[in-house]
Amino acid sequence: MVHAAIVKQLKDLVGSQNVFDNKADRVTYAYDAAVLEPQLPAVVVRPENSEVLGRVVALCNREGLPLTVRGAGTNLSGGAIPQQGGVVLLTNGLNRILEINSEDMYAVVQPGVITAQLAAAVEAKGLFYPPDPGSQAVSTLGGNVAENAGGLRGLKYGVTADYVMGLRFYDVEGNLIKTGSRTVKCATGYNLKALMIGSEGTLGVLDEITLKLIPPPRARKSMLAVFDQMERASQTVAAIIAHHIVPATLEFLDNFTIRAVEDFSHAGLPVEAAAILLVEVDGHPGQVAEEGEQVEAILKQMGAKDIQVARDDAQRDRIWAARRSALSALAKLKPTVVLEDATVPRSKIPAMVHALQGIARRFDLAIGTFGHAGDGNLHPTILTDKRDKGEWQRVEAAIEAIFDEALALGGTLSGEHGTGLAKAGFLKKETGQGAILLSRRIKSALDPNRILNPGKIIGD
Amino acid sequence: MADMHALVRLMREVEDQLASCMRCGMCQSVCPLYAATGREADVARGKLALLDGLLREMFDRPDSVRERLDRCLLCGSCQAGCPSGVRVMDIFIKARAILAGFSGLSFSQKMIFKGMLAHPALFDQLTFWSSRFQKLLTRPINEMLGTSCARVMSPLIGDRHFKPLADRPFHHEVPFLDTPAGRSGRKVAFFVGCLLDKIFPKVAGDVVTVLEKAGVGQLIPQGQACCGIPALSAGDTQTFQKLLRHNLERFPVDDFDYLVTACATCTSTIRKLWPLMAEKEDTSTRRRVARIAEKTLDISQFLVDEHLLTDVPSVGRASKPTEVTYHDPCHLKKSLGVSAQPRTVLNAIEGIRFVEMEGADQCCGMGGSFNIKYYEISREIGERKRKAIQASRCSVVATSCPACMMQISDVLSRGGDPIRVRHVVELLAERWKDNDNYPSAH
Ligand SMILES: Cc1cc2nc3c(=O)[nH]c(=O)nc-3n(C[C@H](O)[C@H](O)[C@H](O)COP(=O)(O)OP(=O)(O)OC[C@H]3O[C@@H](n4cnc5c(N)ncnc54)[C@H](O)[C@@H]3O)c2cc1C
Ligand code: SF4
Ligand code: SF4
Repeated sequence: MVHAAIVKQLKDLVGSQNVFDNKADRVTYAYDAAVLEPQLPAVVVRPENSEVLGRVVALCNREGLPLTVRGAGTNLSGGAIPQQGGVVLLTNGLNRILEINSEDMYAVVQPGVITAQLAAAVEAKGLFYPPDPGSQAVSTLGGNVAENAGGLRGLKYGVTADYVMGLRFYDVEGNLIKTGSRTVKCATGYNLKALMIGSEGTLGVLDEITLKLIPPPRARKSMLAVFDQMERASQTVAAIIAHHIVPATLEFLDNFTIRAVEDFSHAGLPVEAAAILLVEVDGHPGQVAEEGEQVEAILKQMGAKDIQVARDDAQRDRIWAARRSALSALAKLKPTVVLEDATVPRSKIPAMVHALQGIARRFDLAIGTFGHAGDGNLHPTILTDKRDKGEWQRVEAAIEAIFDEALALGGTLSGEHGTGLAKAGFLKKETGQGAILLSRRIKSALDPNRILNPGKIIGD
Repeated sequence: MADMHALVRLMREVEDQLASCMRCGMCQSVCPLYAATGREADVARGKLALLDGLLREMFDRPDSVRERLDRCLLCGSCQAGCPSGVRVMDIFIKARAILAGFSGLSFSQKMIFKGMLAHPALFDQLTFWSSRFQKLLTRPINEMLGTSCARVMSPLIGDRHFKPLADRPFHHEVPFLDTPAGRSGRKVAFFVGCLLDKIFPKVAGDVVTVLEKAGVGQLIPQGQACCGIPALSAGDTQTFQKLLRHNLERFPVDDFDYLVTACATCTSTIRKLWPLMAEKEDTSTRRRVARIAEKTLDISQFLVDEHLLTDVPSVGRASKPTEVTYHDPCHLKKSLGVSAQPRTVLNAIEGIRFVEMEGADQCCGMGGSFNIKYYEISREIGERKRKAIQASRCSVVATSCPACMMQISDVLSRGGDPIRVRHVVELLAERWKDNDNYPSAH
């Protein structure tokens, strides 16, 4: 438990208005978006400047207090759930965009900046920050880097890691560490930056992030294709890539999801369709026109029953509305929503989708699947009610089956949501014991008192 | 105080609804309060987690939860954007009632709700006499906005620039009205509401004018009461039920085609909260409430949906159009999805050029009693609205809710901005009236 004396020190550091130790406040920092048990922290602190951030970290280390950093708390693998009795460190007091450099095309931000707010600020300057997790309206860039978040544009534009040029972070002793730079290339020193990306707050606390910006595409074209066979839809994904066309987004909805979206939004989707593909190509106008035609031809050739091509922005919005409302539509069906992100090599999508249908039947569960077909990252979404104990046991078994299936197909446990608490127990299946032991050695070298987000990724 | 188990039993009523929150956190992006404070206890997800904590008996006293639950604008932004479709407002209203029933109302709440609001005639008298006295205590500060401030320090008023009580409330001007359906073939009941009656009687008068000009028959029953939202949001269901019954008697549902209001809050309360809270009434009462709710429309919505705007006269004189922007009251847009119609009305008024402001549907920060209890935060949220209004470069900001009008007048008045705050219906009525004075060209 945290002593009153420590609470007082924290208050001296960040100001008493930025320390919450009342139980009612602590209860609201006990969870994140993962379906896991909440854990009550002892105290919550919100530093408002970089220097104080470092001092809070050092204080926790000195006192041996478990420390969990929290951005927006949208994590889906339990990474932002604190240790019982530990400290939650909020980054929303560190939310300034420090620089947007149009000449050299980069931005420097504090970790608590909201993803969509940076994207909008960058767009206002005629530039583009592509990573767009579905949570971007609330997620923070610190959280994005710590999870290596991806999004709809991952296929062509990559994920957060592809945009991190440099980082400043505090090590557990409160030393400020700089890694990477503002240059496009940087080969200096160990690649500590790479170590920090996706480390989920277990190795250090991010303080400043330098992100690469790119020129926005000048044109884009979206289309929606309807398939009456699952196989056909997934083969089409492979066919598009095989033609060396890399769409900006290539998304997929299965029949269950289509029906849910249609019930919910009456957008006029074909409820009989086995699957829908949504494709958007972007880039130079000439290239977009050409690739758009090619994609359309491939879709026809692969037997798409119906193809809608957006002629203007309004039609484009209508096409994307279907994808955007997928999670909402599913979420409204049942109280508990388990959103997984097992990922397979693209060519294995048909097999994975097939397996998921089998798993739904085997465990008698409602599973809707949608996701980033272009990069093999599917979101099987299990709909349930956690209070139904019997069903919940089947859900847990189904989750394990999904992981096993993805790994058997040469895939990975998580395409973008991270390992956190939820998948820590399964990590060995993917990486083997050697990788875990090495990771633990790194962890104990960097965090000897094991205070940084304990239990996450590599377990205790 | 009774024991926590009793409270938990009562809370079971909202348990199913609570379970549907998946803790995704998406409500953070739309909550005006969270934007101002960044505290998870201020956003829907945190409040729902607290109620969940009560259910799990994590607290030995409900006070701290109640306090945090009360810190909310009840603006419904979270509900409107929630991917899971959590009925956040229903949960908050019910939970407030349960908690208030459990640990009681404060002395001042009892005074206000049970002592005054529950007795409409007494409430009318009290506010009438207050309007006589207020001049002694306050002084006008902004003529254009018609705001005042306190002459002497007063804990309730602070340094607000508020709209004073009108000299004569609307029900003194028009105590009763019953006119037959005119050329429109429609007859509506007009639910005036406290703020219109006591602070903006002119707007209420304008509603009457507009309905008259549109050839609509009107029923304004004598002695109508408050819609009940102040009591309900404080958890005082008793007073609420009393007001509901009182109003049901005054508004015989078979006698009109629609019930119109010019107050977004009244509209949303009658449409959504009356049926929600009537769940435990007898069948015939429930049916009456359901029918009234169905018939209740915002005035712009009524005029547009019933195609009654065709007769708005055009301007005869050549004049530079007035640039007008519009603020969406949360209770209209987020609760009822009504946002196009008020704009249609503005666009139909010749002489007005409608300009959309950035974030038109962002809450103004009023939130009823929230403004009284948390004035500083309310003002901070209002400041954002003020900036958006300024940026539109309009000389008039229109809206459809008297509560929003008060809050926006306060922030503009303190900022000394030369921008008028008007109800949509006022602008429409003026066009029509204006036309009586200046014969149009056609
Ligand atoms: C509706 C919904 C849709 C989503 N869609 C996507 C998607 O499309 N793609 C995707 O990749 N993810 C998605 N996610 C998951 C989640 O939004 C991402 O993981 C996001 O990056 C988390 O950001 P956050 O600010 O909420 O971080 P949090 O959840 O607060 O934290 C996430 C992790 O990062 C650590 N952390 C946060 N800030 C720091 C810091 N400054 N220093 C060190 N560690 C830190 C935390 O300790 C925790 O382990 C979605 C989530 C939801 C609820
Ligand atoms: S948006 Fe809805 S489901 Fe998500 S946390 Fe808020 S209330 Fe819960
Ligand atoms: S009702 Fe408004 S203030 Fe209250 S939690 Fe929802 S969005 Fe926030």
